[in-house]
Amino acid sequence: MTIHPLRWLSQAVLYVAFAAAIALFSQWPPHRPLAADQALLKVSFLHHGQRLQDCVEQSPEELAKLPPNMRAPTRCPRERAPVTIEVDLDGRPLFRDTAAPAGLSRDGAASVYRSMPVAAGTHRVQVRLRDTARTQGFDYSHDERVVFAPLQVRVVDFSAEQGGITLK
Amino acid sequence: MSATAPATRVTSWWRGFEDRFDLVSPRWNPLRHLGAIAFLLFWVLVATGVYLYAVIDTSVTGAYSSIERLSREQWWFGGLLRSVHRYAADWFAVVAVIHLVREWALGRFRAYATSSWLTGVVLLPLLAVSAIGGFWLNWDQLGQYSASASAEWLDWWPLFGAPLTRNVLAATAISDRLFSLFVFVHIGVPLLMLFGLWFHLRRLAYAAVWPPRPLRRVLLGGLLMMALAAPIQSHAPANLAQVPAVLAYDWILLFVHPLVAATSATTVWLGVLAMLALLLLLPLWPMRARPAVAEVHARHCSGCRRCVADCPYDAITMVPHPERRGFALAEVDADACASCGLCVGACPSSTPFRSMARLVTGIDLPQQPIDDLRQALRSRLVTMPGRQRIVVFGCAQGVAMRDLDGDDVATFDLTCIGQLPPSFVEYALRDGASAVLVVACRESACVFRLGQRWTHERLAGTRAPVLRATVDPTRWGMVACGVQDGSILRAALAALRHRLERTGSAP
Repeated sequence: MTIHPLRWLSQAVLYVAFAAAIALFSQWPPHRPLAADQALLKVSFLHHGQRLQDCVEQSPEELAKLPPNMRAPTRCPRERAPVTIEVDLDGRPLFRDTAAPAGLSRDGAASVYRSMPVAAGTHRVQVRLRDTARTQGFDYSHDERVVFAPLQVRVVDFSAEQGGITLK
Repeated sequence: MSATAPATRVTSWWRGFEDRFDLVSPRWNPLRHLGAIAFLLFWVLVATGVYLYAVIDTSVTGAYSSIERLSREQWWFGGLLRSVHRYAADWFAVVAVIHLVREWALGRFRAYATSSWLTGVVLLPLLAVSAIGGFWLNWDQLGQYSASASAEWLDWWPLFGAPLTRNVLAATAISDRLFSLFVFVHIGVPLLMLFGLWFHLRRLAYAAVWPPRPLRRVLLGGLLMMALAAPIQSHAPANLAQVPAVLAYDWILLFVHPLVAATSATTVWLGVLAMLALLLLLPLWPMRARPAVAEVHARHCSGCRRCVADCPYDAITMVPHPERRGFALAEVDADACASCGLCVGACPSSTPFRSMARLVTGIDLPQQPIDDLRQALRSRLVTMPGRQRIVVFGCAQGVAMRDLDGDDVATFDLTCIGQLPPSFVEYALRDGASAVLVVACRESACVFRLGQRWTHERLAGTRAPVLRATVDPTRWGMVACGVQDGSILRAALAALRHRLERTGSAP
């Protein structure tokens, strides 16, 4: 059976159109994850809050009630405090969060992650963090004027080894 | 005569749509071979991926530079393979989705097709994970963006002790160990897909895992042409202190990241889960009463295994015959049977020349027994007043034939044309028909996969049971028709009439 040349041509056009569509959407249109005049402020930490209760010495009577292999002289409750963080940008609240400790016994680390676009330029960034059972005030704070270059990523983190709140 | 359910409206529409792309022939129509094309693309990805894995440095510091070196210094081979790898992944994703839509439209998502459907649905998320993970390995700005966006999206699940995002927070957080995880995602998940593909094809006999040669050449040639015309280039190296300004973005494989950014992680996860649940629950969708499955008549089954060989869904096995020692008997797996009747056409006991008053064959469809076809054929041939008496055997899923029925034409719809034992052609001619026309679906267009192919081979004498070579070839013909090919059918009928006039053939 002879096939009309127009049919061959149509078939070829269809193949080329399909391949061209794939090639096109494989690289186009361009994607701009962030506006050119913005920067990104990421707030992220993984931090163990302080224990909610101090370790207590056990009396001889209390120890006597325990099996011999469990008679530790001090008892340390494992539960830790939630960690609260507040971030202000140029004096205005930007982010508030309280992260519960992980784990069934609430003895794991609390974690927070948030990514927020901010206008490029100089800003005053104030960060406060509470990791104890107190209800008022904060245990750590950080106040810094920061220059955000366009598309720059700055990260607010917490590191006890580095003295608390960091902004890099 | 018709005792079978016609195709649903969606199925008919899809088949008509698909027919329009048979511009040269069904062998050149990609819609007819989507599963095979996807399978070929999978192996293209494996082959190119093996080479890329062998030559690139899978470390944080070395990945980018090694891929760049490959693309620039060895663009004629390594660079080309890299582009083919990426475009094959794009094609694979698109073809897999169209394949899913096609199988749904053809009704192959429940009953006998449930297993293939469910395994196919499970393969989709694996494909997505594997494809997205591939971008991370080339640690450029696109990989950085995808890795960060994926981590943010995955952190929606409260499963990880430490947020995944902390692994891509700063350059100091990126380690070779993290890269090992990237490699695992991009190589381990495709290995899982390979297992999934085996399950996916397990219930399909004679699964077409390679497209026809012309299409294979077009496909591989097309990938090469795309790689040459628009080679894939890396962006600048990843820099976690900077958000990439502009990305030449792969919207086919990475559409999920902008979608999450435009809505929320919750919205997209709920959408994904809802879509997966819908697809996985689709086999439970209420359907019209499922047709009865093939039934074995032990006294008429000779144990020849032809039904086993011809069943498109591996639904028939042989078991020891309960009454005849040393003989085997066909047994039908009701869950896997498509009620297509191809086994009836394959059974030597289906020959209408058997002298019994009621024709009982070895394996039959209860809703359309082969004896009904013989009875109907006999009675029509006796009562047809026309000078020429033309018998047309067709398929209830294919082109409508009812309009042709008249004084000199008797039409018979079968569940699938593969249900027709070839000896019925000779029987009709001996019983008074002037000519017989067998109407099959177009090549690769059979709803039950193999009906057209088996019928063609049986009538051509290359597959048992065959139409005897002594049957006058001027008095029978076979035509392949799409669902909207009424004109082709009428032309074939006219040609047959003309041949009868010319040769003076008469009953």
